[in-house]
Amino acid sequence: MSEAKNDGTIAITVEFSGGLEMLFSNERKLSLTIPGKDENGAKTNIAFLVRHLCNTVMKDPRKELFVLDDTVRPGILVLINDADWELEGEDKYEIEEGDNILFVSTLHGG
Amino acid sequence: MGPETVINSLRQQITSCESQLQDLKRQLAEAEYQSQQQRSNLQSEQSEHCAPYPLAYDFSHGVHDDFRAEILAALSQPEESIPSPKRWPLDPNEYKRYGRQLIMPEIGLQGQLRLKGASVLIVGVGGLGCPAAAYLVGAGVGTVGLVDGDTVEESNLHRQILHSAARVNMPKVESAMIALHSLNPNVDMVPHHGRLTPETAVSTFQPYDLVLDCTDTPASRYLVSDTCVLLGKPLVSASALRTDGQLMVLNYPPRPPGDTAGGPCYRCVFPKPPPPESVVSCGDGGILGPVVGTMGVLQALETIKILTRGPSALSDGLASPDPPSLLIFSAYANPMFRTIRLRTRKPKCAVCSTHATITPEVLNSGSLDYVQFCGTINPIDVLSSNERISAENYAKIRLDVNPFTGLEPSKDSHILLDVREKVQFEICSLEGSVNIPFSTISSTPADDCKGTATETGLESGWVSELRQHTDKPIFVVCRLGNDSQITVKKMKELGLDNGGQRWIGDIRGGLRAWRHNVDRDFPDY
Ligand SMILES: [Zn+2]
Repeated sequence: MSEAKNDGTIAITVEFSGGLEMLFSNERKLSLTIPGKDENGAKTNIAFLVRHLCNTVMKDPRKELFVLDDTVRPGILVLINDADWELEGEDKYEIEEGDNILFVSTLHGG
Repeated sequence: MGPETVINSLRQQITSCESQLQDLKRQLAEAEYQSQQQRSNLQSEQSEHCAPYPLAYDFSHGVHDDFRAEILAALSQPEESIPSPKRWPLDPNEYKRYGRQLIMPEIGLQGQLRLKGASVLIVGVGGLGCPAAAYLVGAGVGTVGLVDGDTVEESNLHRQILHSAARVNMPKVESAMIALHSLNPNVDMVPHHGRLTPETAVSTFQPYDLVLDCTDTPASRYLVSDTCVLLGKPLVSASALRTDGQLMVLNYPPRPPGDTAGGPCYRCVFPKPPPPESVVSCGDGGILGPVVGTMGVLQALETIKILTRGPSALSDGLASPDPPSLLIFSAYANPMFRTIRLRTRKPKCAVCSTHATITPEVLNSGSLDYVQFCGTINPIDVLSSNERISAENYAKIRLDVNPFTGLEPSKDSHILLDVREKVQFEICSLEGSVNIPFSTISSTPADDCKGTATETGLESGWVSELRQHTDKPIFVVCRLGNDSQITVKKMKELGLDNGGQRWIGDIRGGLRAWRHNVDRDFPDY
C-alpha cells in the first residue's frame, strides 16, 4: 500500500474545509496523483504538496490566502489522516499512497 | 399637494408610527419582566405568611399561652434557620424540572448537584451564546454569567434564539436575561455589560468555573483563551461561518502554565493570527441559523460533560478526559461531522508553556493589544477622486444628461457593472445592471494585460465581453463600495480602459449609499 506505483506516482486525497475550497474552484475533495519524489529526488513530503497545490492545482491568483513564507499561512490547520500535522512531523511528513490530507481554515464567526 | 408631498408625508408618518410601536414593544417587554419578578417575590412571601392560617382557630380559642408563644417563635423563623437538616438535597420543583436528565446515569443526583453548584461564563450572546445559554440554564447550572456589548439587531433574529422582535435595540445581555429567566427562574444570572477587554478579563473570569467562547473575532478568541490559561479555567470554544462549524475543548485539564499534562490552548493550536484579509465575518460571508445553533448546542453539551465529571477530574486531571480534538461540522458534506486529533501543549507557547511571556500582570496592565496583534484591514481607498462618483451623481446620469458624454439619459449610454456575488445580485439589483461576481474577477489572473491571453483566446469570458464596447463608460457598484474599487483597479490593469480613453470608476459607498441617498426602498439585507 505504502509503495509508490510503477510509474513513480502516488495517489492521495486532498480535502479543503472552512472556506479554503473557494480558492480551489469550490472543490471540497480532490483525488490527486502526485510525483513520488520531489525536485531533488527525495520522497515527496507535505512541503512539496503545498508547493504543488499552489503552482499547479490552484487557479485563483490570491496565493497569499493559502501560503505565506513557503508554508501554509497562519490560521490553516493541516491534518494528515485525521491527525494534526504537528503529531506527524509537520511539513516534513513523507506522503504515502492513499493518504488523506485535509486543509482547514479556522472560522471566527459566532 | 403634489403626489411627491403626499408620498413623503405618508413615509414620515409611517416612520414615526413604527418608532412609537418599537418603543411600546420594548416597554411591554420590560413591564412583563418586572411583573413576572414581582409575582415570584410575592409568591415566596405568601408561602411564608400563610403557614399559620390553619392554626388560627386554635389560637383564638384558648391555647395555652406558653405553647402558643413557642409555636409562634418557631413559625416566625425563616425556613433556612430551622436547625433540622434539609430532608432532600434538591428542592421539590427541581426533581420535577430536571427529572428527565436526573434519571440518566451520565447525570444522576451527583451530576445534578454538581451542575447546581457550578458557575459558567458565556462570552458573547449571539448565534453560539444564545443556544448554549438556553441549554445550560435549562439544565440547571447554578450561576450563568453573560458578557456582550452589543444590542439586538433585526438581522440577528434568524439565529440568536433568545432575542425577539420586541427587544430589537435592547442590550443583548438584558434581552437574554429576560428569555433565560422565563425559561428557568432557579438559575442565578449575572450580567456583564460591555465588550471584554484585557483590563477587565481577569476580574470578570475569576469567579467562574468554566468559560464558553461564543465570540466572533480572532482578537477576542486569543484574549478569552489567554485569560482561561492564566486563571486555570477550562474553555469550550466554538465558531461558525456559512455552512461550517468548529468546536474545541481547550485548556482541559486546566493545569498551570508549564505543566505539560494540561490541555492545549488556542495559542498552541494557532500560534500566529490569520492575516486579517482572510478573516470573514458572518455579516459578509453569511451564516445559516441551525449551523451556528448546532455548534452552540454542542458547547452546552461539552460543558455539561465537564461539569458533571466533578471537581476531582477538573483539578487533578486523574480521570483524564478525551485527548485534545477538533470537531469539524460541514452541513453540506457527507458525513457532516469529523473529529481530528489535536496536538498537546506547545513547548514554546506564549501563554501555557514554561516559556510563557503572557502573565496576569501583563494582561491587567492593558499593554497587550489583541486587536493590533490580529491586525486590521484599513478601509479600502485605492482610487483617485476622478475615478469615483457619488450615488446621487450616478442617479443624475440615469435620469439627466450624461456629464461625461453629453448624451441624453439612456440605459445604453454606459455599462453598470454589479460585482456582488450572484446570489446577492438575484436578491435585488439596479435596472439594467450586469453581474460579474467579485470572486470571478479576483480569480482572473492579472497577466491578461500583456495581450497574450487575448491573442491566444484564453482570456476570461467577462474580460473579452467588456472589451467589445470600448465607447461606453463603466460604472462599478458593489454592496458597500470596497470590492468595486478593487475591480476598477483590476480592470485598468487588464487594459479595459483603452489606455485611459474609456472612463471606468466606482460608485462611492455602493448600494448602501444608493439606498441612503437615492432610493430608500432598495432592500437592506
Ligand atoms: Zn498554549
